[in-house]
Amino acid sequence: MTAVHININGRLHHHDVEDRTLLVHFIRENARLTGTHVGCDSSNCGACTVLLEERAVKSCTVLAVQADNQSVTTVEGLSGPFGGLSAVQEGFRQEHGLQCGFCTPGMLMACTALLTENPSPSEHEIRHALEGNICRCTGYEMIVRSVQWAARNGTDK
Amino acid sequence: MSLVGARVLRKEDPKLLTGRATFVDDLQPTNCAFAQFVPSERAHAEILNIDVARALSIPGVIGVWTAHDFRDYPDLPGGLPDLERPPLATGRVRWAGEPIAVVVAENRYIAADAVASIEVEYEDLPIVMTIREALSADAPLLFPQHGSNALLTVPLVDDLDRIMESCDQRVSLRLTNQRCAVVPIETMGCLADWNIDGLTMWASFQAPHHLRNKISAWLDIPQTQCRIISPHVGGGFGAKIVFAPEFFITPLLSKWTGRPVKFSQTRTEAMLQMTHGRDQEHELEVGFENDGRIKALRMVVTQNLGAYADPTGLGLPVLTNWMAAGCYKIPNVQTAFRCVVTNTTPVAAYRGAGRPEATYAVERIVDLVARRTGIDPVKVRQHNFIQSNEFPYETHNEAVIYDSGNFPELLSECTRLLDYDSERERQRSYRDDPNKPLIGIGFSTWIEIAGFGPNGSLEGFGHLASWESAQIRIHPDGSATLFIGAAPHGQGTETIVAQIAADELGISFERINVVYGDTATVIQGIGTMGSRSVPMVGSATKVASQRLLERAKRIAAHLLEAAEEDLIVSNNAFSVRGTPGKKVGWSDVALASFQPLRLPPELQAGTLEERLFQESPNFSYPSGAYGCVIEIDKRSGKVTVAKMVLIDDCGTVINPLLAEGQVHGGVAQGIAQALYEEMRYETSSGQPLTSNLVDYLVPSAPDLPNYIAGRVNTPCPNNPLGAKGIGESGAIGSPPAVVNAVVDALAHLGIEHLDMPLLPEKIWRAMNPGSQREEA
Repeated sequence: MTAVHININGRLHHHDVEDRTLLVHFIRENARLTGTHVGCDSSNCGACTVLLEERAVKSCTVLAVQADNQSVTTVEGLSGPFGGLSAVQEGFRQEHGLQCGFCTPGMLMACTALLTENPSPSEHEIRHALEGNICRCTGYEMIVRSVQWAARNGTDK
Repeated sequence: MSLVGARVLRKEDPKLLTGRATFVDDLQPTNCAFAQFVPSERAHAEILNIDVARALSIPGVIGVWTAHDFRDYPDLPGGLPDLERPPLATGRVRWAGEPIAVVVAENRYIAADAVASIEVEYEDLPIVMTIREALSADAPLLFPQHGSNALLTVPLVDDLDRIMESCDQRVSLRLTNQRCAVVPIETMGCLADWNIDGLTMWASFQAPHHLRNKISAWLDIPQTQCRIISPHVGGGFGAKIVFAPEFFITPLLSKWTGRPVKFSQTRTEAMLQMTHGRDQEHELEVGFENDGRIKALRMVVTQNLGAYADPTGLGLPVLTNWMAAGCYKIPNVQTAFRCVVTNTTPVAAYRGAGRPEATYAVERIVDLVARRTGIDPVKVRQHNFIQSNEFPYETHNEAVIYDSGNFPELLSECTRLLDYDSERERQRSYRDDPNKPLIGIGFSTWIEIAGFGPNGSLEGFGHLASWESAQIRIHPDGSATLFIGAAPHGQGTETIVAQIAADELGISFERINVVYGDTATVIQGIGTMGSRSVPMVGSATKVASQRLLERAKRIAAHLLEAAEEDLIVSNNAFSVRGTPGKKVGWSDVALASFQPLRLPPELQAGTLEERLFQESPNFSYPSGAYGCVIEIDKRSGKVTVAKMVLIDDCGTVINPLLAEGQVHGGVAQGIAQALYEEMRYETSSGQPLTSNLVDYLVPSAPDLPNYIAGRVNTPCPNNPLGAKGIGESGAIGSPPAVVNAVVDALAHLGIEHLDMPLLPEKIWRAMNPGSQREEA
């Protein structure tokens, strides 16, 4: 067992975990933040996407020990001026960017990272930035519209 | 303002957007253990021995159970005589991935270690992977006691040959509707807690009451002690109405260990153990005149059921036969089907379930007629359409009476939005330009059968009945709770029924909450499947609301000393027509409904509750015209969907935003089937080749186009809403549009048909017939 300290959404979580413990399981089962989901075993689906030191990573492909002493943002850490929701979250609500909602936390984190890096992405850039996130419900067009909504209505406007 | 028809944002979203939703694997009660199943490594074998000693020695392993431990329990419900499926493979495994033992451990890591350490000794049996192998004279048998790999053969009663011969032309087509994996992003899972009060199980499932009824019977416990909860469910698409053995076994593991036990599939487990969809082969023949009129159609379907006969799998070829003629007036139609078992994952419902296969067949046939006659495929469709004044239209099958539609208008709207003539011009001008892609244009004009609700329609699949329930309860403050028997998991039904109830009751949308997915709170339900939610539970909500409102009006009239017929209700209040200011709030009416001293004498306290089990006299028949333009890269064979026009007729639209979302998602799955997805096996060993999302090609955002959507509205005459359902339309209508477009692009090469999925290599080989490499 190894002692791991991870700052998740501004709060320090300290747990002794096996070295093989995945970051996603640390988040879900040790920190008990279950908004981050697991949808595959091969880092293809992106449901587990979180921000690790501001960068989007698939938390099923990072060991908890690798994130020791770093900071993580999960869907529970998003907030903003839209009734408490961030522009990306509100964009998904306005444009029906989610149906069953299972892939959504990972999508939101990937979109958040995209807009941080590129506040006015083209449709092409949005689609390619989300290449690593699979949604089985929406067919993606409404996710693209959601990101465009967020880009138009982001907090800097 | 009416909410029905308005773009209302979803009630469901805030929880899902903030990570506060509860999917099964999010639950972690105190002392919860984790179950994992041991999959068969062989496709077809006798199990000689299962050595669990090493697994049991791992610290944190609580126990291992095999088929022997379940010998006192019956086979899974819904099987056929001689082909029953036991809860765990018993004596013999029939596909690679079939569960043969189950481990319970302190956590999922230890459970995985234990599964990996279990040694199973097999004696291989010859395998049967394809329909052809299953039907060959010396085929090894999956169920020797049955005597054949074929079952449920409905033979051709065929007198079409004479008619075919009398036609100007006839042509045959064999096609494959390939096996697809369903791939909801949440895999299958459940959490069973069997304590002194009985069993509570949270299950990722589309029909919790259905599961409750079967599990309580299987476990032989009263339904009062068997509560099933479908919490948030991360997609179902048909695979989560299947009686997977995991749902039956996990409660017993909880009982035997005295702990809550959770089971949650890995993706690889889901790819092998969650039921697959499609997997039909079709032998088709069509007779037609030189003017493009189709005179006769023959369809023989062979359904690959996989290793066991799932009840919904058995229904697939039935629905395919029913819908064989599509939206065309074909005077002579003969259909037949048979099913076979093979050493593959069982096949069951997948979005569309039997209707995508029918639509694909008839739409390929219509394009073939166009090709052979040299008539434009749009014109061939127009020549053969059932006209809008011919409804109700009796089809070749007495169970299927189309209720409404306007196919000519759908197609003309589709060609208009596709800009058909200029795309044809572009196609011509690009064809010989080596720097330009090949252009193909394809259409699909389709009708499907939905709104599963007529009495008898779901009983055949083992359901209690075919109605759907809604129950409305007014609280003393005038807010309302709506309990529905549907179990939505992304469709937005919570929003939809609240819109309907708000309009009918005059209670604001925000003051209506919707409860579903729990057998302890919802009186009875059937479930979410078969594009039935809006026609069935939407209608139940509308009618129940109207009935409840009648009594509320009596109370309001009593309080206002006015006549009921003079009352109007809106904005949470009842007012008297023509006398502004004379009004009483819904909250006061609701309060009075619990206070006998304020009620009219004929009503009793608690009267403002209504429940309805809504029946339906017929199915509903959504239809549409989809058109697409594809581009083929001449060097690589890669297909890109450049334009996709979707004209739907789902009758009354409750929420255009959500309806559009349903179509988009269905079309994405349809394009995926046409271009990318196929569950493949190594034919010599029966080992799956596409058992994860690396090898199984679920499209992501760059692989799919934007959609141009339009609408024609012919209301459904069979339910009070006039709604037809739209959950499956996209998946049904889109594959043939894409394939027709690709085949159209290759027409100048003489290509008349290619089987899905149309991956670049297949297209490249078609474009370069001389360059075939030797197969390894």
